[in-house]
Amino acid sequence: MARLPEFQGKRILAAAGIAVPRGEVARTPAEAQAAAERLGGAAVVKGQAWTTSRAGQGLIRFVATPEESAAAAAAILGLSVRSFPVTEVLVEERLAIATEHYAGIILDDRRGCPVALVSSRGGSGIEEIARAHPESVAELPFDVVEGLADHAARELWRRVGVRGQAQQRLAAAVVRLAEVARRVEARAAEVNPLVVTPEGRVVALDCRITVDDAAVFRHAELGIDVARELDHPPTRLERIAWEVERDDYRGTFYFLQMREQFARGDRVVAFHGAGGGGSMMAMDALQQQGFSVANFCDTSGNPPASKVYRAARILLSQPGVDAYFGSGSGVASQEQFHSARGLVKAFLEEPLAVPAVVRLGGNGEEKAIEILQGCAAELGVPVECYGKDTPVDTCTARLAELLAGFEPPPAQTRPPRPAPARPYAFRSPTGDITYDHAVCASCASKACVAACVPQILMLTDDGLPVLKVTVEEAARGRCTECLACEVDCHAHGDGGGRVDLPVAGLDDYRRSRGME
Amino acid sequence: MAILVDGTTRVLVQGITGREGRARAALMREYGTRLIAGCTPGRGGETVDGVPVYDTVAEAVEVHGGFDASVVYVPAPLVKDAALESIAAGVGLTVLVGDRVPVWDVMAIARAARSAGVDFIGPNTLGVLSVGEGVLGMIGGRAESARAWFKPGTMGVASRSGGMTSSTGYYLSRAGVGLSTLVHVGGDSIIGLPMPEVVTRFQADPDTEAIVLFGEIGGSQEERVAELLASGAVTKPVVAYIGGRAATSGVRFSHAGAIVEGGRGTHEGKVAALRAAGAVVVDTFAELPAAAARLVRS
Repeated sequence: MARLPEFQGKRILAAAGIAVPRGEVARTPAEAQAAAERLGGAAVVKGQAWTTSRAGQGLIRFVATPEESAAAAAAILGLSVRSFPVTEVLVEERLAIATEHYAGIILDDRRGCPVALVSSRGGSGIEEIARAHPESVAELPFDVVEGLADHAARELWRRVGVRGQAQQRLAAAVVRLAEVARRVEARAAEVNPLVVTPEGRVVALDCRITVDDAAVFRHAELGIDVARELDHPPTRLERIAWEVERDDYRGTFYFLQMREQFARGDRVVAFHGAGGGGSMMAMDALQQQGFSVANFCDTSGNPPASKVYRAARILLSQPGVDAYFGSGSGVASQEQFHSARGLVKAFLEEPLAVPAVVRLGGNGEEKAIEILQGCAAELGVPVECYGKDTPVDTCTARLAELLAGFEPPPAQTRPPRPAPARPYAFRSPTGDITYDHAVCASCASKACVAACVPQILMLTDDGLPVLKVTVEEAARGRCTECLACEVDCHAHGDGGGRVDLPVAGLDDYRRSRGME
Repeated sequence: MAILVDGTTRVLVQGITGREGRARAALMREYGTRLIAGCTPGRGGETVDGVPVYDTVAEAVEVHGGFDASVVYVPAPLVKDAALESIAAGVGLTVLVGDRVPVWDVMAIARAARSAGVDFIGPNTLGVLSVGEGVLGMIGGRAESARAWFKPGTMGVASRSGGMTSSTGYYLSRAGVGLSTLVHVGGDSIIGLPMPEVVTRFQADPDTEAIVLFGEIGGSQEERVAELLASGAVTKPVVAYIGGRAATSGVRFSHAGAIVEGGRGTHEGKVAALRAAGAVVVDTFAELPAAAARLVRS
């Protein structure tokens, strides 16, 4: 939600000295009626939605009385944009307009600096204006530190033919807009239309501000709870995923839902990518096999196994998916067995009941493939894993073959894990690790000690695995949550080790979707 | 030999005492990179695997003389200061590996680099690797992997995707197409050395015969490479793949930075511009190695 709603953007403009219409946010028809009364009766009622051409979709309505305001709000609050309902309207005073213009601050990837863009024409989209009336548009790159100079802003408006007092007032507005853009670290801040009233006032009738996702952490004042550039308000599952990412800086986990309403048999796939480029290529390949993806997901940048596990748990909390497909670039720099362990833990806990094909090419791929293939027999569903020499198109074709002959296994339930008889426990950075030393005592393999990637375990004289660093050191990050002490113990040992990695809100969500 | 990094490049690592910095410094040295020193504020006087650590870049320069390159491994909120420090100390090329660096910070870094007359790569870059010479960043992950995956030759690679930089290098090498330098320009929209800059350097490099691009939807880098080809500024053959055909408008795919806004930066537009300028554009990634092999042999 790094896009700010219109009403929030207008508050920021007003605080920066750019005039906006008087108005109030309403969430019910009664509130909209009361707002119109306070505005004197006549008003404009505007649905708050991230879309262009709101007027054409019935999201903007002009009303003459408070009763009409209530009716307009009732109509708009029943609408949906891209299947997401409109939940707020902005009720504003109606202003007489003499001239309409456009002002925007955008970032130019070519020049690597901010650019002020203005047009003597406003109302319709700036790109349409630029195509139809190029002479009415002017732009000027400006210094990121110095900001937009007043004289430069006046010259911009002169170049598009605006003269006199309007030129000066519009220049002041675009200079302030540039300050707003810099202060909130916007990727784009646009006012369209920026109007001049018959009395000569300059007023922002609309406002679209998109804040840089990467800068949201230092803008608590904006109240952005999900720093993701989505084309819809964040879903519950997206919020759950965002909290995982927000609280764990190791590597990247990105999740967005492409669709929520689908059922078994629709060929909708839970998609787990790694790296933006490889993920896009994998989605192209899935599309060619007639699949669509329920979500986009990316775990990359050398994330710990725990993060990959949480991502997989979230992906598998989308009811109705027909398959699980994972693929990144195919030749990853990161050690792929971390991802394999994260996936195995998630698959076994679920337990996975659809076919899975995962392409984990790159460093450590032989080990990754061995770890992942190992869980297939236990699950009773096909789980296939490939490395860098198998192209992504081969993997998507394989998924189609597996699905064609697939018989869903009888529903399994996760047996509750018995409470440890002799627990030995410590904290990891984001979870809890528990050994049942009653089990470990008789375990022949002691697989955990050798497999532990950071090598923080040792055996006591009695052959029990314990930390060889302090519990504080483990919790602070010496334990890298490689998950070997659970996954390798499960595969090769007696199952005495377990790792609990909570995902806040996920159990509630799954219950609400009928999954628990 | 190659561009941006070779066996003589004098390298500093900022953030060398951290988890990633330590691991990647080891990779760089094992691959043959001439790593001279590290820098971490407050940790001056320590060593990391025998590499001396200094409190500031200026101090490292006082002791060792100037650096050709600095690779920055610090968390995103600290990248701006680290980059400005490297630029102020006159380091010729600063490599910003960090992901999620605020874009207004990047623009401030770009401004400082412009006025100092130095370059930076990234942010959000896997780095640069010149085959058999040296690596800045983490391409390859492990030195033995980098040696096994990337074979020497005359093909330059510029990619907007980190993972696909390694993949492209690997599949080309496997198809018998050897490589000069692999460059991941960085996944963000505003970056230090975008594809047109990298392609211009490949044009000037006597050891590079042809150029492979891994492009993506969004932004204008591929279109600007097409302009260079059309104007004759770049005459070496170019073969390209553009990812993101299936992506829907208005959606940004994680740190790929790929976004389609109002028809700009579309898949079709990029393919058409490159083809019109004489580049070979393949429709699927699987076709890329063979298409590249034809360029080098002809």
